[in-house]
Amino acid sequence: MKIKQWLTEPATSSDILGGYNYGFIDQGAKKEIRRSLLKAVAIPGYQVPFGSRELPIARGWGTGGLQITLALVLPEDRLKVIDQGCDGSVNAVNIRKFISSVTGVATTTATSEATIIQTRHRIPEEKLTTEQILVLQVPYPEALREVEPSEMETRRMHGEADYSRMWLYLYENIVNFGEIRISYRYPVTVNGRYIMDPSPIPRWDVPKLHMAESLFLFGAGREKRIYAIPPYTRVEPLEFEDHSFRVEDFAGLSCTRCGSTESFLDEVIDDESGQRHYVCSDSGYCDRRCA
Amino acid sequence: MKPLVHIENLRKSFGPGCPLCAESTGPARETNLCRHCGTVVACQGVSFDLYPNEVLGVVGESGSGKSTLVRLLHFEWEATAGSFTLLRQPVLEQLPNLFASKSDYSDNLLRASHFQQRQVRNALMGIVYQNPYLGLKMNVSAGGNVAERLLGAGWRHIGKMRERSAELLEKTEIPVSRMDEPPRNFSGGMQQRVQIAKALSNSPLILFLDEVTTGLDLSVQARVLDLIRNLRDEFKLSMLVVSHDLGVIRLLCQRTMVMKHGRVVESGLTDQILQDPQHKYTQLLVNSQL
Repeated sequence: MKIKQWLTEPATSSDILGGYNYGFIDQGAKKEIRRSLLKAVAIPGYQVPFGSRELPIARGWGTGGLQITLALVLPEDRLKVIDQGCDGSVNAVNIRKFISSVTGVATTTATSEATIIQTRHRIPEEKLTTEQILVLQVPYPEALREVEPSEMETRRMHGEADYSRMWLYLYENIVNFGEIRISYRYPVTVNGRYIMDPSPIPRWDVPKLHMAESLFLFGAGREKRIYAIPPYTRVEPLEFEDHSFRVEDFAGLSCTRCGSTESFLDEVIDDESGQRHYVCSDSGYCDRRCA
Repeated sequence: MKPLVHIENLRKSFGPGCPLCAESTGPARETNLCRHCGTVVACQGVSFDLYPNEVLGVVGESGSGKSTLVRLLHFEWEATAGSFTLLRQPVLEQLPNLFASKSDYSDNLLRASHFQQRQVRNALMGIVYQNPYLGLKMNVSAGGNVAERLLGAGWRHIGKMRERSAELLEKTEIPVSRMDEPPRNFSGGMQQRVQIAKALSNSPLILFLDEVTTGLDLSVQARVLDLIRNLRDEFKLSMLVVSHDLGVIRLLCQRTMVMKHGRVVESGLTDQILQDPQHKYTQLLVNSQL
């Protein structure tokens, strides 16, 4: 359905910044990115190289996610951009403004209304549907970089599914600290084959990737890699039979704003009184509950 | 009895290679270097069988191709030519295409994919290098080093892996209390014994020992050799022992091959080779023993 729409050039609207192509990057670049996306979806968890384009923001500030969004977005889409769950942070606001100025697409802060959500470091609390695409910005696409500095070697390791060193790293964590110490970027096995970096989302969000209804696309602009998790794909965090994966523990805490006890909470320290408060990291979720 | 491993015409050369390489190198020419094309022929025409629970020695001076041989058999380097077939093993039956034909022997493992080679290595092989820095990760705990092969073979239970590591470290006389220490804190002899424990972790059928005792002092050497002998009997291992020390060969090996300039110049029962060497080089080797 959508593929046909993507292939035909969208009519330029008067909302678009003068002199620019729809979606800022040229059609050839979009075509290349879409082809990389198709390959990424076909091989879940595999990092597909792509030619990362120059954009008006610096590499490492969300250009991977941005290029995916620009290559996919249609005039009738509704866009949501979040940074650490928040619609209002500088990075999210700027990216949202930029995308809407070069496409004229409507934006929203409500998760359920959005068709494309570009995000940094969080997956929204509300369950995503088959109609939604989540685009994640990725700083370090290589999950094995922690244990192997050489790109050539990590590619060989992925090719041969030689993951004993990653497992050894986790084993050493347990031996030395009694627990796996990875708080974010927790490595996952996708579809029983590739070990993948889920981008710096907290462990809290990792189970949301498993057998999800929505499509997850990951873009690393600086590292020039695209990868994906298609809907209904097995995504398993690395764990041992006697040391299972666990998410962050917010027992006894609740959001001071909306009272939620089921969301990922940010700790906020009041400068004057020195008191600790907890608020939902997902601002769209919190706003909906407050309304 | 059927041989466990059958090696035929193994060759490894570094360089472009030419039709004259074979005849212009070797012990008769006293060089490894082909004068026509500049290729180094590290190993040429090596064939042998290794039987179950047998210890085969390889002696020769440095540069004779001993370590190259081990690296080829352990799939670390790609052989230029030759074949390596393995007796049918129940643990490898599930690997597709390895035992495709109905015969008792596998296809040529040197031509198998890297993935399959690693499966074979994880399931059947262990290796102990001369330099512990090659075989061990020095900043990972001793127990972790032993567990690495187990993790590669699909073990996912920390408790069971630690049990197995402790058991092996005990066998190799490392105090279990030092299991979570990195091997860089250990003495050379201890590091060597951690390597042996690591090599044994997956209960291998074949163990490669590459100059294991070189660089250790005499009393430690004796203990390491003693340990290896006991382990051979206990685990029913087949071993390929590479050494330039005839004492080690005499102590461990039933059969021995003598290599020079990449060729096997003499092979036979160890006693026979040491008592009655036939080839000129072997005579020199035996006579130059202190």
